[in-house]
Amino acid sequence: MSSEVNTTATQFRQASAEYNFGFLDEYAKKEVRRSVLKAIAIPGYQVPYSSREMPMGRGFGTGGLQLTLSLIGKQDTLKVIDQGSDDSVNAVNLRSFIEMTCPGIDTTTKVSEANLIQSRHRIPEQSLREDQVIVLQVPYPDALVVVEPSEDKRKIMHGEADYSRLLVKLYEDIVKFNEITISHRYPTRINGHYVLDPSPIPRWDVPKMNDSKALILFGAGREKKIYAVPPYTLAEPLEFDDVPFRVENFNDENGQRRVCHRCGCDHSFLDEFVDARSGEKLYQCSDSDYCDEQLKLKNGGER
Amino acid sequence: MGYVAIKGGGQAISGAEKLLEFIRTRQGESGEPLDLDTIENQLYFLHSRIISEGGLFHPKLASLAIKQSLGDTLEAAFALRAYRSTKPRLVESPVIDTSNMRVIRRISASFKDIPGGQMLGASTDYALRLMRTELLDESPETFKAVASKWLDENRHDEIPDTFPKVLDALREEGLLPPVDEAAAEKTPFDITREPLIFPVPRSAALSTMARAETGSILAIAYSNMRGYGDIHPTVAELRVGYLPVMLPHPITGEPIEVGEILMTECEVVAMYEDDEEGGKPTFSLGYGACFGHNEVKAISMSVLDRALQSGIKNGPTNPSEDPEFVLLHIDGIDSMGFCTHYKMPHYVTFQSDMDRLRNTQDKHQEQDTQGGSENV
Repeated sequence: MSSEVNTTATQFRQASAEYNFGFLDEYAKKEVRRSVLKAIAIPGYQVPYSSREMPMGRGFGTGGLQLTLSLIGKQDTLKVIDQGSDDSVNAVNLRSFIEMTCPGIDTTTKVSEANLIQSRHRIPEQSLREDQVIVLQVPYPDALVVVEPSEDKRKIMHGEADYSRLLVKLYEDIVKFNEITISHRYPTRINGHYVLDPSPIPRWDVPKMNDSKALILFGAGREKKIYAVPPYTLAEPLEFDDVPFRVENFNDENGQRRVCHRCGCDHSFLDEFVDARSGEKLYQCSDSDYCDEQLKLKNGGER
Repeated sequence: MGYVAIKGGGQAISGAEKLLEFIRTRQGESGEPLDLDTIENQLYFLHSRIISEGGLFHPKLASLAIKQSLGDTLEAAFALRAYRSTKPRLVESPVIDTSNMRVIRRISASFKDIPGGQMLGASTDYALRLMRTELLDESPETFKAVASKWLDENRHDEIPDTFPKVLDALREEGLLPPVDEAAAEKTPFDITREPLIFPVPRSAALSTMARAETGSILAIAYSNMRGYGDIHPTVAELRVGYLPVMLPHPITGEPIEVGEILMTECEVVAMYEDDEEGGKPTFSLGYGACFGHNEVKAISMSVLDRALQSGIKNGPTNPSEDPEFVLLHIDGIDSMGFCTHYKMPHYVTFQSDMDRLRNTQDKHQEQDTQGGSENV
C-alpha cells in the first residue's frame, strides 16, 4: 500500500517537473512571436495577446519574461537587469528561472556579450547593436492612462492619433508648476503616429530609443499587451516648441556635473544614496555593468 | 559596496526561501506535515476557493498549492494558475447541461415549493457562529466516529441524483425570456487563449468572473446590492454538486464521461425589462457558476452578470455595470501581483521623481523671491 502511494507521488512529481523548454508550451510561444511580428509592423501599437500566468508575480516582469522565453533559443546569450543592476533581487530571480527552464543558454552581465537583454526601468548606457534585442518590462502599457481610465476609449484615441488631452496635461503642468512633472514613463511618439509608454525608464533613457540600432520590445503581462520600437525608427518624446524635453539633471549647486564616486564617470544616470558611515550623500552609476567597464578603463589608463 | 541594498540578491532570495520553509515547519517535533487529503477534506471551503480562483480543476494540485503557500489564498490560486500556463489546450468539451448535476445542495428563494423540493445540504447558513470549544482537543477516535455514524444513520438511496431546474418552471409560465438558442450555438470565448478587448462577449465576462478572486467579486457585487446599481436579485436556484464532464472519444468521437467536477451554480431572477421587439415584458436573468463549493462567489457573479448586461444595453451608470471596470479588477492573480510589485526596488524612477520635484521646488523658490522683491 505504502509503496504504491510513493510510486504515485513520484510519478506525480516527475510529471510536474517536466516543463517545456522556456516553461510555456510551444503554442503559447508561437502566439507571442506572432504578436511581436505585428508589433514590429505597426511601431508603437499595443498588440493585445493572451498573456499567460507565470510562476512569478504580475508586476515582476511577467510580460518581459514571456517575450524572452518565446524568443530565446539554445544559441542565445542573455543578460537580465533590474534598475540597471544584474545582481538585484528581481534580476537574479528572473535570470535563474530562465536558466532553469531554458537549459543550454548562456547568460552574461556584459552588454557587449548579450544578444538578448531583458531589463526593468533602464536601457543600458552602452549603445546597443543591430544584432541585439532588448526586452523591457512594462507595468502600464498605455501613455493615455493618465488622462483616460477606459481602455475602450483610449483605443479610439490612439487610432485617431488624438493625444490632445495628454498635451493639455503637459501644458497644465507648466501652468501649475512651471515644469513638466512627468519624471519617468515619458510619453513618446513613435514613427510619427502612436504615442507609447516607454515603461518606467527615466527620461535619461528616452533618447536612446530614437533611431536605435537594436530592436526594442515591450511586454506588459498583466495588461496583456506587446509593443515595439523597431530599429532605426523615429522616437520623439512629447514636447512644445518653447518647452523642450529635458533629461534628468545631475549638476550640483555650482552647476558642476556630478560624477560616479566609484568609476568617476560623468555621463551616466546616477543613483544617489547616503553613506551609512559618513552620512555623506553619494552618487553612483545606476548601470552596474557600465560602471565596471568605466572603472576598468580608468584603472587601465592609470597603469 | 555594503550600502547598495540592491546587491547580493541571490543570497537574499535563498535566505528568504529557507526562512519561509522554517516558518512552515517550526512546530518542530510536535508537528505533523499536512497531507493533501486532509487539506482537501478538512479545509474543504479553502480548497474549493483555490480550485475556483486558480481556474484549474485539479484537486490534488490545489491541495499542494495550499500546503506550499502556507494557506495564503492568493498565492495558492496563483501557483495553480501558473501550472495551468504550461499545459496546451488539446480538446474542448461540449457544453455541459447542469440539469445533469449530481446535486448535494439546492435551494430556491423565489418559491417555497420547487419541483423536486428544497434540499438544504451541507451549509453554514443557519449555524450559530459560536466557538465550538469541544473541537479544542478533538481526539482522533471521536473524529473518525463522526463520519461513520452519519453514514449509518442516513439513508441516501432515497435521494434522487438529479433535480429539475427551477428556471424551467418559470420559463414555462412565460415569466422569463425563452432560451437564446443562437447564443448557445456560438463558440464560447476562451480567456486563457485570447486577451479581453472591449466590448467582450458575455461568455468572456462569465469565464473571467468564474475564476475571479472571491473577495474582489463580492466587493463589486455588494456595491450593486447596496445601491450603486439596482438589479433586485432573487435567487431562483442555487445548486451545488458534481457535474459529469464529457469529452469526445479520441477514436470514435462519441462523447464519453471523463470525470466529475464539483461546481456551484446560481441563477438569479432580476427586475423585469421591456421586450425590445414589443413583446410582453419578462424578468431578466443573471448567471453565476464556478468550480468548487463557493456560494458567495456564485451569487456575486450572477448579480454582476445581470448588472453588466444591463450596463451593456443601457450604458453603465455604476462601476458594477461597467464591463471594463468589473472584469479588469476582479482577478486575484493580476491584482495581488501588481500590489506586491510595489515592494520591489523603484530606485531609478524615484531618482527621476526627485529630479522633477527639486526642479519644481527651485522654480517655486525663484518665483517667491522675485515676488517678494516686487513687493518691497
